[in-house]
Parts: sequence; C-alpha cells; structure tokens
Amino acid sequence: MADQAIRKAPLAGLRGGSHAAILTPAAPASRISLRAGKDAVPALSAALGVTLPLRPKTSASSGKRHALWLGPDEWLVIDEDDADLMAAAGSSGALHSAVDVSHRNTAIIVSGPGAEVAINSGCPQDLSLGLFPVGACSRTIFGKAEIVLLRTAEDTFRLECWRSFAPFVFGLLSEGAEDAAH
Amino acid sequence: MLLIYCPYCEEERSELEFRNGGDAHIARPTNIAEISDEEFEAYFFLRDNPKGVIFERWRHIHGCGRFFNAARDTVSDRFLTTYKAGEPKPDLDAEPKTSAEVETYEALEGAAQ
Amino acid sequence: MSGVNRISGAGRLTPARTARFTFDGRTLTALEGDTVASALIANDIHLVGRSFKYHRPRGILSAGAEEPNALLDVSRDAARRQPNVRATVQEVFDGMKVSSQNRWPSLAFDVGGFNDLLSPFFAAGFYYKTFMWPKAAWHRLYEPFIRRAAGLGVAPTEPDPDHYASRYVHCDVLVVGAGVAGLAAALAAAKAGAKVILCDEQPEVGGALHHDTGTVVDGKPGYAWAQETGKALAGMENVTVLPRTTAFGYYNHNFVGLVERVTDHLAAVDKTLPRERLWQVRAKKVILANGAIERHMVFANNDRPGIMLASAGRTYLNHFGVAVGKQVGIYTAHDSAYEAAFDLKKAGVAVPVIVDCRERPGDAVLEKARHLGIEVLKGHSVVNTTGKLRIASITVARNGGGGARKIAVDALLVSAGWTPSVHLFSQSRGKVKFDAATERFLPGTYAQDCLSIGACNGTDDLQATIDEALAAGELAARAAGAEGGAQVALTGQNAFEWTGGMIGAAEGAGPDTTVKAFIDFQHDVCAKDIRLAVREGMHSVEHIKRFTTNGMASDQGKLSNMHGLAIAAEALGKGIPEVGLTTFRQPYTPITFGAIVNHSRGSLFDPARKTPMHAWEEAQGAEFEDVGNWKRAWFYPKAGEDMHEAVARECRTVREVAGVFDASTLGKIEVVGPDAAKFLNLMYTNAWDNLKPGRCRYGIMLRDDGFVYDDGVVGRLAEDRFHVTTTTGGAPRVLQHMEDYLQTEFPDLKVWLTSTTEQWAVIAVQGPKAREIIAPLVEGIDLSNEAFPHMSVAEGRICGVPTRLFRMSFTGELGFEVNVPADYGQAVWEAIWGRAEPMGACAYGTETMHVLRAEKGYIIVGQDTDGTLTPHDAALSWAVSKKKPDFVGIRGLKRPDLVKDGRKQLVGLLTKDPKVVLEEGAQIVADPNEPKPMTMLGHVTSSYWSSNCGRSIAMAVVAGGQARLGQTLYVPMADRTIAVEVSDMVFFDKEGGRLHG
Repeated sequence: MADQAIRKAPLAGLRGGSHAAILTPAAPASRISLRAGKDAVPALSAALGVTLPLRPKTSASSGKRHALWLGPDEWLVIDEDDADLMAAAGSSGALHSAVDVSHRNTAIIVSGPGAEVAINSGCPQDLSLGLFPVGACSRTIFGKAEIVLLRTAEDTFRLECWRSFAPFVFGLLSEGAEDAAH
Repeated sequence: MLLIYCPYCEEERSELEFRNGGDAHIARPTNIAEISDEEFEAYFFLRDNPKGVIFERWRHIHGCGRFFNAARDTVSDRFLTTYKAGEPKPDLDAEPKTSAEVETYEALEGAAQ
Repeated sequence: MSGVNRISGAGRLTPARTARFTFDGRTLTALEGDTVASALIANDIHLVGRSFKYHRPRGILSAGAEEPNALLDVSRDAARRQPNVRATVQEVFDGMKVSSQNRWPSLAFDVGGFNDLLSPFFAAGFYYKTFMWPKAAWHRLYEPFIRRAAGLGVAPTEPDPDHYASRYVHCDVLVVGAGVAGLAAALAAAKAGAKVILCDEQPEVGGALHHDTGTVVDGKPGYAWAQETGKALAGMENVTVLPRTTAFGYYNHNFVGLVERVTDHLAAVDKTLPRERLWQVRAKKVILANGAIERHMVFANNDRPGIMLASAGRTYLNHFGVAVGKQVGIYTAHDSAYEAAFDLKKAGVAVPVIVDCRERPGDAVLEKARHLGIEVLKGHSVVNTTGKLRIASITVARNGGGGARKIAVDALLVSAGWTPSVHLFSQSRGKVKFDAATERFLPGTYAQDCLSIGACNGTDDLQATIDEALAAGELAARAAGAEGGAQVALTGQNAFEWTGGMIGAAEGAGPDTTVKAFIDFQHDVCAKDIRLAVREGMHSVEHIKRFTTNGMASDQGKLSNMHGLAIAAEALGKGIPEVGLTTFRQPYTPITFGAIVNHSRGSLFDPARKTPMHAWEEAQGAEFEDVGNWKRAWFYPKAGEDMHEAVARECRTVREVAGVFDASTLGKIEVVGPDAAKFLNLMYTNAWDNLKPGRCRYGIMLRDDGFVYDDGVVGRLAEDRFHVTTTTGGAPRVLQHMEDYLQTEFPDLKVWLTSTTEQWAVIAVQGPKAREIIAPLVEGIDLSNEAFPHMSVAEGRICGVPTRLFRMSFTGELGFEVNVPADYGQAVWEAIWGRAEPMGACAYGTETMHVLRAEKGYIIVGQDTDGTLTPHDAALSWAVSKKKPDFVGIRGLKRPDLVKDGRKQLVGLLTKDPKVVLEEGAQIVADPNEPKPMTMLGHVTSSYWSSNCGRSIAMAVVAGGQARLGQTLYVPMADRTIAVEVSDMVFFDKEGGRLHG
C-alpha cells in the first residue's frame, strides 16, 4: 500500500499585488463543467442545492457553492468545500453532462479598490458596477489567457483560469495591480 | 477593434472574445457521401468574398462558446445584425436596427451646431 | 539666468525653479515647465538639426506636436535614450542630455551639407531613377550608403529598462483635446452626469489658450479659465483628466488608443511608475476637439533657423516668457499672425515689418498695427532670405514684381492660416468635405458615433465654439444615457476676429525649378518637386505623395499636406476636391514600441505552460523543448552525456527495462451524452458503436476535404462517456472543429464536449517492467493481460487518489498511461519513480518518445502528415470504416485527385549505409544523375538514429511509395548523394508481440 499522494496546487504559496489590488490564490475547490438543456435545470438545481441561473452573465450562490452561467447550456459549478459535485449532479436523474474540472481550473482572488483596474490591464470587458455587478460572471479573455470572472463583492473578484496559464495570469495581474496603485 | 453583439450573451463584447468562422448558411449536405464533384466543390471550396454585406459565422469562443451568425458590411466593418445559429437569414431591409449597429451621428450633429 | 532671451515678467513659468540640461555637451539652464524647444530658444539656440536629405541647417518651427524639424536625441542614462524626440513636446528635466542628429562632425559644420550643393541631382524620384543599375550594387553599395546618409537618429542599443502599463477602459464620452472646445464639452457632459475622459497631448489643459492671450472666457483670461476648469473637472468623480496623453488612433466601433507619458518629464523617476500607460478606450460617444494646426508660408529659403510659425512665437513669449529674437519680422496671409507682432511689440521686442501677401488684411488688426507703430506691407511677399545658420534678413517685394527691399531680422514668424485637424475624424473613416470659401477640409459624413467641435470642425468664432461644445457635450452625455442635471452656460470673446489664409506656394516660391521653397521640412520636399512629379506623369495624389515622399515623414504632413495638394491641383489644372486628400493613418504622432508591446515581453510575452511534473523534471536536469506554448521535457542527460547519448540510453532502457514519460500535455476532451458514440462516428473515420466500455481505440479525424486533421486514442468509460485524446498541439483546434460540427451541423445530437487536458496529469509507464512498477500502487484494477489487455481503460485508485488508467502504448512496449487529477501529478510521479528507478528504469523525454514510436512506424500528425495526406496515403486505410454512411471527410476522400495513382504515400526508408542518418525535409529522387531541376518524388518526414535497431531509420512521403517497396531511391545533399531503400514503416518488433508484455 503506497503512501497517500499529496496535493500540490499550481500557485501554492504565492502572494502578490499591491495595496490597491491584493492577489491571493484561492483554496482548492471542487468544480464541474455542467451542460444541460433548459428542461433539466429544475432537477439539476434541486440536486445541486443551487438554482442554475438562466440569464447571461449571472451566477447563483448557496453557501460556498456557486453556479456560474457561462453559456445557454453551460454552467461552471464551484464548491469551495470540495464537495462531490459529480455525485450531486448524477443524482438529479435529468439528462446532462457533468465533467470534473476541479484540477483543470485554479482561482486567484483579486481584491481591493483597484481590483477592476488590475483586471482591466488585460481584460477588455467593462467591469464597472453598473454593468458587472456583484454576482456577475463571464468567461472572457485576460491577455493571452482565457479566464472566468466572478464578482464576489464590490471590490473582489474570483478569477478562474486553467492551471498551466496560472503563472502567466498571476504575472500579468501583478503588473495590473501595481499600475492600479498609481 | 470591433464590438460584436452576441445574441446568446445579449451584450456587445470585444472582438478579442470572438473567432470568425467563415461564410454562414452553407449547410453540409445530409447525403454528402453521394453528391457529385461539382456539388462538393460548391459546398466546400467556393465562396463569394463580397464587397458589401456578408453573412458569416462567428463563435464567441472566449465567452459563451456559441456559434452564431452575423451580417457585416465588409467595407465599413459595420455589423447590420447578429442572430442565433439555426435562425433563418434575416431580411435586412425589414430588419429593425439592433443595438449592435453603430448609429451615425449626423442628425445629432446638426443639433449640436 | 535661464537664458538670454527670457523676458522678465513674461510667461507663466516660475523663474526660481530652474533645471539644468546639456545640448550637444553644452550645459544650459531652463525653467521647470520648459520644453526642450523653449529652453533652447531662451538660450538663443535656433539651430538644432540638419535636414534629412540636403542636410540644411534647421531650427525650431513650431511649439507643438506637428514639429517636423527639431527632432533630437534625448537621454536620461545609457539605456534610456530615445532618438527623434520632438523638442517642442519633450519637457526639460534636470540632468537630461540632448543631442542633435543627422550631422557630422558637428551641427555647425556638417559634411553632409554638400548634398545641398548637389541638390539638382537629388530631385524628387531621384532614388527610383538613379539606383536602378547595376542590380548587384543595390545590396552592397546603394542601400547601405543611402541608409547611412539619410537615417534620422540612432536606435538605442541597450534593452529598454522601463516598464509600461495598459488599461482597457470604458466611458460614456471621450473628449480628445482640452482647449476651449474640449473643456467646455467635457464640462457639459460631466455636469449631465456622464462618465467622461478628457485627454490632451500637452502637459496641461488649455490648448490654443497657451498662446492666445487675447481670449476671455467666462469673464476671465482664457488661460486662467482653462486651468480652473481643468482642476474642477479633475476633481469630479465621473471625470478622468489625462494630460500628456495623445489620442493616437481612432479604430472601429469607437475604440480609441491613448498613450499617456507618465515619467518622461520627471527628473527623478519612481521605479514603480510605468514610463507610459496605454489606454484602450471604448467610448459610447467621442467628441473630437483637436483644434487646428497653423501652416507655414511656402517661399524661397523658408527653412532657415529662426523662421517659425507665428503661433509658436506667441507660445514661446506668452507661456514660456521667451522672445524668439530681437528683430522679429512677420510674413503672413492670415490676421492671426498680427497678434504675434502685437504681443512681441508690447513685450519690448522690435518688430520691423509685417509682410502680408494679401491686399486686404482685416481692418481691426491693421488699425491695431498702425496704433502700435508697426509697418505693414500689404500685397507684398518675402521672396528670399539670407543667413547661414540663422536667418539674417528677408527680401521683400511687391507682388507681381517691383523693387525688392532687404530687411534685417533675426527671426521671422510666418502664417498661412490654419488647417483643421481632421486626422482622428478621418481615421474613424469619416469622409471630409472641402469648404471652398475657406479652402479647408472639414468633417463631412460621419462613420462612427462622434462629433467634431471647435477649430477642427471649422468653427472660428469663440462664442460659436463654446455653444457648439456645450451642446455637443450635453447631447453626447444624454445619448450615452446620462440623466444628470446642471446645464452649463459660458461666454467667450476673442481680441480680434481673424480672416485670411492661403494654401500652396506664395509669390516667392516662383516657377523657378531651382528655388527651394519647402513644403515638407522633414522630408525636404519643395514646391518644385510637386510640380516635377506632375510633369513626370503622376496625376493621382497618392502617386505624387509617393514620388515626392511629401507627407510621408513621421509628422505625416501635418504642415505640408494642404500646401502640396494645392500646388499639385494648380499644376494639374484641377480643383482641390477633385485631386483629393491622401489617407490619414494611425498613429497621429509616433508612439513608442514600449507602449505597444507593453506587458508582452519576458515571461509575459506568451504563457509558458508547464505540466504538474515540471519542477521534478527541472530538478532532474531535463532539457525542455517548446511544443506550442508547452514546455516539454525533451531528454534527461546524465553527467557527461550529450543529447545523442542520452537519447540512445533512454531508448534502450525503455525497451530493456522501462521508462517513465510525462504525457500530460496530450489534448483531452470528455465527450458525454446519450449520442456520444453517434457523434464520434461522425468525427472519426472509425466506427465507435461497437467499442465496449473499458476499451480504447485509435481514431483518425479528417476534415471534410478528406485530409488527416488529427489522431489519438479514445477510451470508452461508459455507454455515454468517452475520454478522447488529441495531439498536444492539436487540442484547441480539435475541440473547435468538434464544436463547430456539433453546434452547426449536428445540433440535434444529445452530447456535450468538455476540455479536460489540464484536469489530468498523465504519466506514461512503458517497457517490459511497466506492470511491475505500477502494480503495487494501484488499487481496484486487475492489471493482468487477461483482465486488462492492450487498449483498455479502467477507473480505480493509485497512491490513494482517483485514476483513469489506460493500457496503451506509443512505444510498442507493454505500457500504461496513468491519469491522475493534476494537483496529484507530481506526488504520483514521484511514487512511480520511487519504484521505477531501483529497477533500472529511466525517465525519458519527447525525443526518445519520437524515436521509439518511429521504430514502430507510428505516425505523428503534423510531422509525418502535412494537411495533404489522406489516411490511405498514411497507410492507415484499416482505420477507415467502409460501412458508415457518413463521417466528416467521407466525400472528400472520393475526390478525383485523392484516389489517383501516384499520390505521395508514407513509407519507411533505410539508408544503404546504416550509419548515415538522413536529414528531415531532405528531397528524394529516383535518378541522381538527372539534370536539374530534378523530378522530386517526396521528402523525409522523420529520421533518427535507432540504437535499438543498431542503425538509422526514416519515414518519408514518396510518390506512389507503397508500390515502391524494395526500390532504391536517392537523397541528393549538398556534399553527397545518399542511396536509400524503400521499406515498410515497422522497424522494430514487426510482429508486435512486445505490446502484450
């Protein structure tokens, strides 16, 4: 019987940013890429304990579980308590596709008064509160990396990216955070 | 840099989130294995490359991931309209302006003066 | 003292705050707020450079961004040096070093000035005609000579130590230009509640109010009103005021690029600050308040140092407190220049004459000139000037002939009137219209959501400008959705109403073909050059531009375009609108590469994608190779080994014991849904219905034209769930290809695709001892041949974490690919390595992987195929279903060219001399003695030394290759011809027994 393998997150131990925008790698979380038609939404929502949003650029949260609208039949479901989302979705009985992407994605928390500016160093979306309020989410682009943005508070974003892009994203965010401090 | 109205996200987004997918409304023949060389040529190879309005496919690849269609003026780069994949080709004369369209400001300019 | 020409009490700078800088080694004193130009003139320096072509002495012409002459080399230290800096824009900071350019050995005596004497040979189009022949001389002689002689400035040799920032920003209203019009518009928009950005290229707001001291706004002197208003705007929460910020490009859909110069004016630079900040603005509405640019007069020898624009003379006096000379003449076609004379006279500077080429100047200015005792010569022209390194006199004559009179001056202020700055409007693809009455191009048809106001819109009167600006600001704000309150009312008045203006050559430019009456100072284009171009048959303005290079310098003809156009129109006998303008292009003024490149350098140039095991590989001394953005372990050299030895050892070890390989970068797509098999049937040439859960199959993907697009092993995890693998480089495009067909051709299929490339770390364990290595670590999977044969997949656990374990092989050995959630990759790898190493196994890299697969004849899509090979060409006919009614590529495969005999086909090649390793890409011929050009049959696609075979092996595409087995062909190289024998592609373990352990 071998030793239990130890988990190593891609940005483990990193801290960065500026007084205007602090960068913190998020703790490991479980995530699924959830795909389903509209008719499956009520059953999946019940099974997951979070109402899958149907409007673009919106999310729904229940405790530490978040469902992000990414496309008309696509959600990113994140559980910060590392719960078994595959099993939860599987128990819905509805036609869907759930794929575990817990290790594909990693997240960086960007927080502070300059969070918007830091992210806008590489992201072309309008992140002003009017157009991107708390709870808004979107898949978009950040420099040469694809990201998923979720605004968790007026001055805080959760930024998800694929793990191998994380050092690039963290580096560019650091430069943006530095500029946001001026 | 273009702003493109995604009919699924119901919002204009930067060109950086999109990828062009070539001409729209070219259906893959359901009996493709049986078609003639000429029909295959027309389906796969021949395109018009018009100066003026083109119906083309775009994918919101770094957004909702959906393919959709657009009518774009290749001279001015103005988007006349965008619509979901599978929807019929719109009649542009009858089509009301969408928010994707850039208004010119000539009328307003007169007022400003 | 900050310069002999500084007039005490004049200007707005603080006399006590000085800064020292050097010009060509000479230390000079300036005041804080000076530009390099104002500081040089204050120190009585007008000569600042030599012209591009004739090396004529040149001075400072303007006080703004349009400057064509005063381009200098400015440095802070060795690495922070920038050539071609406009002296009229760059602010002085303490300790800066400034040097003149394009002169040798010195500015005052320049050998290149010889060109001026040879100028009859340097007429327009000279380069095109003279350096035609002999052809060979171009590279060796002409081009190097021309480049050395004509180059302006020297590029820095050290890397740029500064950093640059970039921001995407959205606003309701972007106002470009902070003169009266821009400020008023921004104020109106801001008060209406809009989110406003106001930018101006100058260090502070005010625009023309810097020089035009006669202006009163809101009951205050214009300049004071501007500063107050600027401050008030900057204090509003919904407004961003950006000084030192140039709107350099107006792009599609109201996307405007701004560059903010953050530190170039500071003596001590805070290292945390970016040198420049790029603002990528998306505005709902754009208001263009770019103002107008004064034109010079076109007459003989109009380029001597000391000749400058009248408004520049006013700026130096009224803002910087600097007199441009002691005896300042005026030559004008426009009333505005009179005000320069008035200001100078009042400041105690002698103004011997105002030469006005018009018969009827404005009454008000004439009256004022008389009142101040300044002589005005109406209907006269300046027909020549003298002065070697600075103007010494002007020769004035009555228009149409008559006695010439010489007047001593040490500076001459000129004005031919004002050109509305329609650059950004034009960049927005708006169409300009020609206003014949005022001889200027104005915004005509708008293409984007913008408005032009003030001088750039041809609005001359100040009150009209203000009213227009306020209306535009409010309108733009409302149109952008602002609903705020306060309306703004403002009054404004000019000291004088201005009339006049001319375009083209003045009297003094004459029809004479030797007179140098400059239009384009930066490219040394004269009036006569335009006429010559027309005589030589250039009738389109675009041709004239390129023949003469008028307007093609870095100032993009801000001063010269209208003059050149008028002269061309006259020579062509056409009206100006028929001749037409050339296109205005971005950038409006030159911008640095630093601002454009911005963050995209060093580690942020491109994402460097690393696998979860990268740190381990690095610690083991692996060499890496780039595959797409991935860094892949290439080989693991031991002490003293070169690449060849390391690869040979790794290849042998894998086949003799085992090897461990990082395959994490392989693309992975999870295909889930009840129609998953149906969908894969369409995407791949093979059939998938009959693949049982727990089993894998090698699949080939085509495009609809029948060519191989990608390949990979697909495992079926459940009835409705497949684990698809793709090539490393192909992962994104394969997913795009599959999504394309799924969404647009087969939207009714109930199946979804998810990229899982990065979810899984993949550890390939290959070789006779592979099973022995992993077995004790694995739980819940029977690894025996019977329970888990070649091409199987199962889910279980390894090292206590979940795994998708594949029994598969890209080496021809007994092999497993261990997929674990990526965060566990390194730990599981280390556990496997902990068992593998003591058994004598090795870690191997991509090079060994390539050799081992070639020994088995496994192709690599993209290396052995190039987008023109069908599966039949690649000897993969066995993988193409003959029963399926449809798959992508089914029809393409039947195209006449794709079923023809003699197509290039993939085969093996064995060199007759087993020690010779062919070069990949080398061409293959049948007859080595055939005269050139030889008939080329194909080329080598893969070639390696195989230590397992004890010889070289190669794969190649060869015309009709599969029918040539056993034939001898030849590979001609530069130094020899290599004979090869065509073979099949399996070089090792032809029976394939090793796969099964």
